[in-house]
Amino acid sequence: MSERINFLFVGVGGQGVLTASDIAAQVGLDLGLDAKKSEVHGFAQRGGVVESHVRWAPSVGSPTGELGTIDVLVAFELLEAARWIDWLRPGGTVVINEQKIVPMSVSVGDAVYPDRAAILSAVKARAGRVVTLDGLALAERAGNIRAVNTVILGALSALLDTPPEVWEEAIVRRVPPRYADVNRAAFRLGRDAAAS
Amino acid sequence: MKRLLSGNEAIALGAWEAGVRFASAYPGTPSTEILEALAGYAGVRAEWASNEKVAFDAAAGAAFGGARALAAMKHVGVNVAADSLMSLSYTGIKGGLVLVSADDPGCFSSQNEQDNRQYARFGKFPCLEPSDSEEARQFTRLAFELSERFNCPVMLRSTTRLSHSKSAVEVEMPNAPRAFEPLPPFERHPDQYVIIPAIARVRHPIVEQRLLDIAAWGETAPVNRIEWGDRSIGVITCGMAYQYVREILAGYSFLKIGLVHPLPKELIRQFAAQVETLLIAEELDPFIEEQVRAMGINCIGKEVFPLVGEFTLARVRQAVRAAGLPAAELPPAPKTEPLAVPPRPPALCPGCPHRAFFYNLRRWRRQMVFSGDIGCYSMGVLPPFDAMDMLISMGASIGMAHGLKQAGAQEKVIAIIGDSTFFHAGLSPLANAAYNNGCFITAILDNRITAMTGGQHHPGTGITLQGREGQPIDITPLVRVMGIEHVREVDAWDVKAINDALKEAMEVQAPAVLVVKGACVFTPHFQRRPVVAVDPDTCTACGTCFRVGCPAILKSDETHPKTGKHKAIIDPLLCTGCTVCLQVCPVKAIYQTGGEEN
Repeated sequence: MSERINFLFVGVGGQGVLTASDIAAQVGLDLGLDAKKSEVHGFAQRGGVVESHVRWAPSVGSPTGELGTIDVLVAFELLEAARWIDWLRPGGTVVINEQKIVPMSVSVGDAVYPDRAAILSAVKARAGRVVTLDGLALAERAGNIRAVNTVILGALSALLDTPPEVWEEAIVRRVPPRYADVNRAAFRLGRDAAAS
Repeated sequence: MKRLLSGNEAIALGAWEAGVRFASAYPGTPSTEILEALAGYAGVRAEWASNEKVAFDAAAGAAFGGARALAAMKHVGVNVAADSLMSLSYTGIKGGLVLVSADDPGCFSSQNEQDNRQYARFGKFPCLEPSDSEEARQFTRLAFELSERFNCPVMLRSTTRLSHSKSAVEVEMPNAPRAFEPLPPFERHPDQYVIIPAIARVRHPIVEQRLLDIAAWGETAPVNRIEWGDRSIGVITCGMAYQYVREILAGYSFLKIGLVHPLPKELIRQFAAQVETLLIAEELDPFIEEQVRAMGINCIGKEVFPLVGEFTLARVRQAVRAAGLPAAELPPAPKTEPLAVPPRPPALCPGCPHRAFFYNLRRWRRQMVFSGDIGCYSMGVLPPFDAMDMLISMGASIGMAHGLKQAGAQEKVIAIIGDSTFFHAGLSPLANAAYNNGCFITAILDNRITAMTGGQHHPGTGITLQGREGQPIDITPLVRVMGIEHVREVDAWDVKAINDALKEAMEVQAPAVLVVKGACVFTPHFQRRPVVAVDPDTCTACGTCFRVGCPAILKSDETHPKTGKHKAIIDPLLCTGCTVCLQVCPVKAIYQTGGEEN
């Protein structure tokens, strides 16, 4: 495993982006590294874009990464993968949850939601590795559609050379005890989806 | 044990470790979570105040009595508290008094990016600025000690990035409930705490001497530290700027300033004398830089570093290169083939009680001027409503409306203010309007919460920070008792009733108040109803429902055969059944489903 990883988690307010990035930062600490996490969520609760940086290194200075240097872009929504793709280091890794949340600018007809093929081709033009998954369906299979963010963490864990137990423990510590089993299942489904 | 804490959580932890007994705040991004975290420490009396001045005054009273006390606010909140803050610098205190100012470089959620380090210089009290969560915790503890040692308020300055970033904190103490004994009998010091002119004149030289004493302390305090490396470049820095610059100029020398006011001038001289090129890296104002230049020391500062906006790694890298200094080059990253990515601007939530009001307001554009205020309803300025003409600060809507009308505006003027903002700074200007017979309308949008900052309580809900239910203050009788006769309550989701109320208020030649009542969708008071749907055969694609600006109303793929315009569909997962779109549809194409409420 590389000792320096810059993550960028992006999505839409209400998708659990911040919880997932909290957990990813905690995993960094649990692996014995330094870790920082930084988010921007001014109007996020009102359907705006959410961005959250996570950085792992032996010693982390800035809590945010730099344009064009992100190693792993984790998009909780398809359009957001396209919005943030220039932050990725060329050859970096992208995880995409293939959920579409239509922005107001599209629903009122001022803009067009690009089609899936165009988004994926833009992402693939820059990324070295792209994993797409249907997080909602997998979360439903795990027993709760709100566990999408755990599914995504499962997929992310499969792409990094890190022990899955560390992730699972960090997730279980964070969620209410009655949801522990659902989240364990969601994590494993996400992990399997990315590994296959 | 190491835990990830946000800067705000770490400030709360540090305050608790320091034995804080009383804490008060008015919610404001990015400071809100400090009090929310402190409320979790049993034994600490933590409260939401009705505004920042009240929060600070309450903390001052506690500190006069010998308690350690904290007031937290966003940077512009300090403007509200400044009257007392300036006096308190003269009076001093008994118990430690810490003012947390959370600044907002980059204006993520604020009306300006004022640099509140200037307040410390202006008011002649010390200011500490941490660079990560561990320092936030330690500096908060230190702030209480300094406050008592030097008998003055201490400002702890945070920024959005510090407050909302998480980094590792060594958590030592268990969070056990703390029982405070009653305070000792109040020690009277009217010669100090009663700041009449004769006493102020005596106190001022004491304040000046105090500043010199604190500066002398800072020369050797570990809170200011030199990290020696390659001495060809030396950087004086503080706060978040330190984190960016230590990455970009790794291996060079740093003077990291934790006590940003008063500055350790001898330490700065020593450092400057031992480095070849001196850089000063600080966000926003050239606060340190101007003082260093005034000492006759050459440095590179704001000629390369940005004066406005937040620092980032990229901006610091660019500044260092602009200074002709080595900064690790990044391989130029190719731009991805441009793809038109639609923006995701913030919008009023589905079911929001502000929607029907702003839909109506837009229709009065020719006859009215809209005087706005701060809250979710500030979004009334955005399309499709375009219904806000002025907005400057908390509570200003009412005063501005009054002045514009008194000066002879031809249009009717309407002030638009939320319930929490009304209790913050709306009562006094409304009393002024009643007193001077200001002929304008005040619309109080009562959604029973401080919504924009994430749902905090206030005097109008009667529920405390800890969730205890008390007596809510009812706005309508409160306004009536000021002598305002025209006061109308109206249902926030009743489109016609709101318009009728506006029409009626237009004719009133005296102060008129509308209380628009409807709970925020994030409160338990909000009632979801069966979702609505569009009958595509009846829909004429006229577009009226799109002008209510609801995220649940989408363009259908189906178009009208004659106009080619898109018909509407409603996302049943987002719809809350508020029926505003149903009420505005001119052809009754929208109907309530019999289905389950969402």
